Amino acid sequence: MAHRWKNTFTRADVTPEPLWLNRRAVLAGLAGATTLGGVGSVAAQEALEPNTWEQITTYNNFYEFGTGKSDPADNAGDMVTDPWEITIDGMVDNPGTFSLQDLIADMTMEERIYRFRCVEAWAMVIPWNGFELADLLNKAGIQTGATYVAFETAVLPDVMPGVRRNVIEFPYVEGLRLDEAMHPLTIMATGIYDRPLANQSGAPIRLVVPWKYGFKSIKSIVKITVTNEQPPTTWNKINAREYGFYSNVNPEVDHPRWSQASHRTIGGGLFNSREDTLMFNGYPEVASLYDGMDLRENY
Amino acid sequence: MSALSKVVDPINTFARKVPTWLVYVLYALPIPFFFYLAQTGGLGVEPINALEREMGEITLQLLIIGLAITPARKYLGLNLLKFRRAIGVMAFVYVVVHLGIWVLLDMSLRWEQMWGDIWKRPYITIGMVAFLAMIPLTVTSNNWSVRKLGAASWRKIHKLVYPIAVLGAVHFIMVQKVWEVEPLMYLTVILALLALRYIPSRKA
Repeated sequence: MAHRWKNTFTRADVTPEPLWLNRRAVLAGLAGATTLGGVGSVAAQEALEPNTWEQITTYNNFYEFGTGKSDPADNAGDMVTDPWEITIDGMVDNPGTFSLQDLIADMTMEERIYRFRCVEAWAMVIPWNGFELADLLNKAGIQTGATYVAFETAVLPDVMPGVRRNVIEFPYVEGLRLDEAMHPLTIMATGIYDRPLANQSGAPIRLVVPWKYGFKSIKSIVKITVTNEQPPTTWNKINAREYGFYSNVNPEVDHPRWSQASHRTIGGGLFNSREDTLMFNGYPEVASLYDGMDLRENY
Repeated sequence: MSALSKVVDPINTFARKVPTWLVYVLYALPIPFFFYLAQTGGLGVEPINALEREMGEITLQLLIIGLAITPARKYLGLNLLKFRRAIGVMAFVYVVVHLGIWVLLDMSLRWEQMWGDIWKRPYITIGMVAFLAMIPLTVTSNNWSVRKLGAASWRKIHKLVYPIAVLGAVHFIMVQKVWEVEPLMYLTVILALLALRYIPSRKA
């Protein structure tokens, strides 16, 4: 089921490979984004310039390595990501613990250039390399009656100073509804710019759900559980009023402590300006997943 | 001569020779320096937030220094009173820069969103209240105002800095997503400095 979603352009269309890492003048595709509410269509054509590797890997939230934005880059270097094992369990036909290598051997790798919107009202554009989560779940064999997928991050106190200090409760856990997990936009990423993920980016494998706030895209995954109950999620446990299970990017529903109407895309320096945040982060194709749901209630 | 005064007396002697304008100059210099750092990548890939936070933190540090001057004199015999006005005025300068960064760089003049934030976001409301309360203190930070108001009522008005400092620290705590140690330290120090003022003095 790979290749179910395509960038209209890829970096390769416009920029020779040697320039990828240093040049930001890159167009990435996107289909016309239509506002929900039927007000009309906006952003018919938009240029997505991927952030640089340096930007992507020096400004991170990964509390296992500390709460500061540069802590993950400073502290994540000692995490060993090869070998890496992932347990798949719950309502699947083929549960077990697999080496990452075996698990992804027959997955179709693609590049996906996605907007990435943090709940803290900043954003980046990231050229991920990965595969559709649906392919992995299908390989595991989803059993009838399953409705959710839960994920868990590694807990390695020896190399994770944030875990030793218990800055939040670990392991970090996240979850998706099964239809969200199966959506073609939902990928498991193993690389950025055709390089393996940096540790601070969630090496060796992480989730990427581009229409949800970044904290949903759980990093350094060691466990995937298919279940029929809505799984607990870390930020929701920390503050349920501020972080819901869905956490879809939504300019209409503010975080209780700050507005989500706009954000700043990292990389514009001191005189970078804000831009309007788009519904579902500019991925209106996921809207049908939430037909009939009150997104203010289910934030 | 006590051990304490061996340390304190030379400092007092030195402080008497230091002109107060030096405080203005020394504290004015970091402002262009931090802007330079921000523009040249020294504050990381998201320089706006970094700069905004830096200016806010220096505001709090100046408020703390200002609040420490009275207890330092009372308990240590350290006399730095003549620098207090300059410290307070520079705290205001930093908060203006902090707020200016928010309005111009962080919010890019999105007045509607800012106006909403001031009313709806408690941490911004608190920060704004603290800023507004600093205005009358800054305006009256001159000899003419002390004479005009009379020393007693001038002192009374300037006690407004107590709640201002507390609100500033609370504002800092509330911006964080989790309970961070550093902002809590600021609040603790401020509360301790205020508490020292309410310990009854043994001396007549």
